Amino acid sequence: MLKFPLSIFCLLLLLLSGCDFSSKKNALSATHYKVILAGSTSIEPIAEKLAEHYMEHHPEYKIEVQGGGSSAGIQAAKMKAADIGMSSRALKKDEKIFWEHTIAYDAIVLIVNPVNPIPNLTLSQIQKIFSFQITKWSEIEKSLSGRITVITREEGSGTRGAFEDLIMHKTEISPRCLVQDSTGAVREIVSSDPNAIGYVSFGGLNNQVKGVCIEGIAPKMENMLTDNPLQKYKIIRPFLFLTSPEPSRESLKFIEFIQSSEGEKILQEEGLIPSYEKIRKSD
Amino acid sequence: MKKFESLIKFFLMMIALSSLSALLLITFFIFMEGLPILFKQGIFSFIGGLKWAPTKGSFGILPMIVGSFQVMFGSILFSVPLALLCAIYLAEFSSPLARNIIKPSIELLAGIPSVVYGFIGIQVIVPTIRILFDCSGFSVLGCSIVLGIMVLPTITSISFDSIMAVPITYRQGSIALGATKWQTVKMVVLPAARTGIIAAIILGMGRAIGETMAVIMIAGNSLIIPLSPLDPVRTLTSNIALEMGYASGDHRQALFATGVVLFIIIMGLNSMANYISRAMTRSK
Repeated sequence: MLKFPLSIFCLLLLLLSGCDFSSKKNALSATHYKVILAGSTSIEPIAEKLAEHYMEHHPEYKIEVQGGGSSAGIQAAKMKAADIGMSSRALKKDEKIFWEHTIAYDAIVLIVNPVNPIPNLTLSQIQKIFSFQITKWSEIEKSLSGRITVITREEGSGTRGAFEDLIMHKTEISPRCLVQDSTGAVREIVSSDPNAIGYVSFGGLNNQVKGVCIEGIAPKMENMLTDNPLQKYKIIRPFLFLTSPEPSRESLKFIEFIQSSEGEKILQEEGLIPSYEKIRKSD
Repeated sequence: MKKFESLIKFFLMMIALSSLSALLLITFFIFMEGLPILFKQGIFSFIGGLKWAPTKGSFGILPMIVGSFQVMFGSILFSVPLALLCAIYLAEFSSPLARNIIKPSIELLAGIPSVVYGFIGIQVIVPTIRILFDCSGFSVLGCSIVLGIMVLPTITSISFDSIMAVPITYRQGSIALGATKWQTVKMVVLPAARTGIIAAIILGMGRAIGETMAVIMIAGNSLIIPLSPLDPVRTLTSNIALEMGYASGDHRQALFATGVVLFIIIMGLNSMANYISRAMTRSK
């Protein structure tokens, strides 16, 4: 009877000593390296996740992630207010004063029910569907019938931001669209309603739903990574990390972590396409 | 011994006050976070605005206020007849055995987590409405049905209690005058229990308007004022829960302000129920 509590006691003692030891180790290497990231609100949640993982293994680092939008991020990197600027759009000519690190690509895929035979949609058709100028499938293809159930994501969602940037441009998403707050929920509705259409990021595509070709190009990995403009899937945007041409050693370390297999795994979990690209200078 | 007693009394009072302090804290924080944007936007343009696009600077929650009330009244429409007739049966007509089976079963409904109701709604009710009426299925109607089931136990058990509280002498008097059992219930018992039943309905309304998870799953969450029961709808609660994840700055504050509006509505409903039930005990 006595053995049991005693063993627990020993275990506790062991745990306690372990705690003590590790905290001492932390205290020894507590020289904090600070890296500040600022920019695109679409990248912000992913950067936070990456920072969290990184800080877990490197307690001596403190990585701060701020939002503000791509332009603000570019500005912050220019003014050296942030070590790394985050941009979810390609840089304009006069902004190309940085080292660009493409950490990932974010692609948007339009999804319909697997029984829906529609092979292809044009950008203007998609705009009209999501602004409710087209409300019936027959307006797109004569052989189809039924009204269109349009599903969008909630305000503030990164996927919605990408969809607005890449497809809708100035056209507004109609308030009559159904709104769901996760990729899973959008997929669930599309897979159960034969008339539904929605969008997810590329990583959210699975066999419950059908990814539609846009302007004749299928949403496939090879079409995202190709340089051939005829086969290139256009509904894609880069996630850029911008540093000055002489980045701090700490920022480079963090970017290296993102481009390691561990970082790429996190990016894929978030539905992004890793860039498979190592650090290089922009031209 | 006396000292010990007063110590216990003090201790219990502190516990009671701590739950009160939770209420104060919640109120304080909702108002502190929500009021700035209300004043910045103007209370009327916030409450009366038709367009909600918080990342583009439009903060109007009228469609959601209307939606919340529609769903609330819809659920009452479904639940009140069911709950009331059920309470009458249990209180006046059922055998003790039937009562012992039915009443706990209805109360069990209250214990089912709302996400389960939402799941059943999305698996059963939404597809049924979609097929029957050729619409998306995400609708005021579906929401009302599911919420109606969710508020059943609240309305049933409070109505039951207030029917039981009607003194037996009322019934005896009515029967003695030659009324049948149903006539007695209709003419004597229900009017006597009226205030309690109304309080029950108002509490049910409070529960319906505050429900979030199930509503998000089956309402469709569109930003329009629903013009037919088959239109999708967004309620105040689901607006907060839907967009909390990524909201920042003004958007986040606007969600808190939505909370302020909801808070005031629910406070109003609850004090109404309190007032009515107090009026009931006074009249006895």
